[in-house]
Amino acid sequence: MKSLLKRKKFFFRKSDKVKVQREASAVKRYTRSKVGNVFYFLFLGAFGLFSVLPLIYCVTSSFKPLDEIMIFPPRLVVVVRPTFENYLSLPNLLSNLKIPLSRYVSNSLFVSIITTALYVFISTMAAFVLAKGNLKGSKTVFMIIQFALLYTSYTLAVPQYLVFSNLKMIDTYWVYILPYLASTMGVFLMKQYIDGYVPNALMEAAEIDGAGYFRIFFKIIIPIVKPCLLTLTLFGFRDVWSAVPQGTIFSEQLKTLPQVMAQITSGGIARSGSAMAVTVIMMIPPILVYIISQSNVVEAMSSAGIKE
Amino acid sequence: MVNRLNLKLSKNGFTRKIPLYIMITPFLIAFCIFTVIPIFSSIVLSFFSYDMVGKFDFVGVDNYFRMIMDDDVFPISFKNTLLFAIVTGPLGFMLSFVLAWFINEFSPKIRTFLSFLFYAPALVGNAYFIWKIVFSGDSYGYINSFLLSLGLITEPVIWLKDANYIMTIIIIVQLWQSMGVSFLANISGLQNINGELYEAGSIDGIRNRWQELWYITFPSMKNILLFSAVMQIQASFAAGTVAVELAGFPSVNHAADTIVAHMMDVGTVRYEMGYASAIAVFLFGMMAITRIVIGKLLDMVGK
Repeated sequence: MKSLLKRKKFFFRKSDKVKVQREASAVKRYTRSKVGNVFYFLFLGAFGLFSVLPLIYCVTSSFKPLDEIMIFPPRLVVVVRPTFENYLSLPNLLSNLKIPLSRYVSNSLFVSIITTALYVFISTMAAFVLAKGNLKGSKTVFMIIQFALLYTSYTLAVPQYLVFSNLKMIDTYWVYILPYLASTMGVFLMKQYIDGYVPNALMEAAEIDGAGYFRIFFKIIIPIVKPCLLTLTLFGFRDVWSAVPQGTIFSEQLKTLPQVMAQITSGGIARSGSAMAVTVIMMIPPILVYIISQSNVVEAMSSAGIKE
Repeated sequence: MVNRLNLKLSKNGFTRKIPLYIMITPFLIAFCIFTVIPIFSSIVLSFFSYDMVGKFDFVGVDNYFRMIMDDDVFPISFKNTLLFAIVTGPLGFMLSFVLAWFINEFSPKIRTFLSFLFYAPALVGNAYFIWKIVFSGDSYGYINSFLLSLGLITEPVIWLKDANYIMTIIIIVQLWQSMGVSFLANISGLQNINGELYEAGSIDGIRNRWQELWYITFPSMKNILLFSAVMQIQASFAAGTVAVELAGFPSVNHAADTIVAHMMDVGTVRYEMGYASAIAVFLFGMMAITRIVIGKLLDMVGK
């Protein structure tokens, strides 16, 4: 019984203010029925397993020799003769590149980090102004932003290309960066978040204290929206990291990792092992960003405690 | 104190608001140049005939007329998109909320781990490739080899090339993939709900978890729910990549062609940009109407 209690404490958060308060005020807690519990864990388990399967498959396959990848009936998780061959063959496959691999890596990192940082910063500022600025026309602008989000990006490729070529930006780093800064998703999410979780009373108090808007933004808004900010960082990085510009980059020196990796993965069946290794390597940075951002989200949450 | 207050309030004019204009300008410039102008020119283009090399010919509403009266594939793709959106839209929306709600009561470490599992497909990128293996048409496919070994079928079924199955398969894959942006947004929204609200609610006579969800959680989450609804509209109406990757392009008898897939066919294979733009405008109209209806529905939540 005691160990069961301990387990429960491990599984359910201790610092849960809601539950503590409920117990303190002697209000009956609402728990699920036993059937509900069984359903709950089955559902979570099945869905979780199903979701993580491609990831596991990629990782295990990248350690399989070619004949094992092609085996019948296919094995999903088990690797009988693990090998590093798929990874070790990569330098060889990449050795006939015209420019060194490090250039692609640094291009990718440069573009992803700059774009993500600018995207998050610019979106958050704009969202703050739209949510709390009371500027004339904010509502109309926000409506346009929301509906622009619904326009399919597919037919925008040609007009965007024309804009780039008129601004003489074809074949420069700008084609990676600028379209993301115009992306409306971040502003929309951040505006919803500020509207929902930054009390007007807090704004008024700061204004009465004589704080300017820059001060309010950096000292009050940023700490409150930190969880959303981190989540937005993840979204931005994930998208930019894997983005392949269509027909706007020609110089080999300006290409990023996804473009050079695509050359390997398109190498047919004989290269399926290397293709898996490439997929795994390309997955690592977004996963790292995920872990850093999401564990900080949780931390930011439990220490925020904003009261109206 | 009163004097100081009055002084500050009287300064509330334009000069005080200058920082606000400075903060919104970078976004507005980028937004106008790279989103508004392209959208606007795409709408204008929908009234022209343009093949990307020749000149623009003004054709009025001919492109729209052709779409409705004269295109055999468009009605099919319209029907597919509608079916697809009606199934995956609401289900994906609910799933991304329910899962976020479920894992919200675990301890932070477990929560991070579980959300990682659910978010994994989005991190892997083109994770739907696994479904290509699962539904592979030869006897190597998991489903085929499983059914063969059970003796339920005697020869492999070509799942992805069969008009009877393909739509269902794409719907399943899309649902499985829907734990993306809105899922994480829901998680961050759920965690920011003020705990005192629940306490106050239980004093006010809330008797079970469902009432708690309806009267407290939903209203506190309204902003984020609207966001995730819009993302879901976008994902379900504009679905094309999954369909094209799994079913091929165009699919068997156009059985899995969505409007976006059709648009890709018209725009990037046949280079009829004017017509492709007309289809884009039509699709935008569908999504905008849905967005307005859903906004009205969400206003009723918790009342």
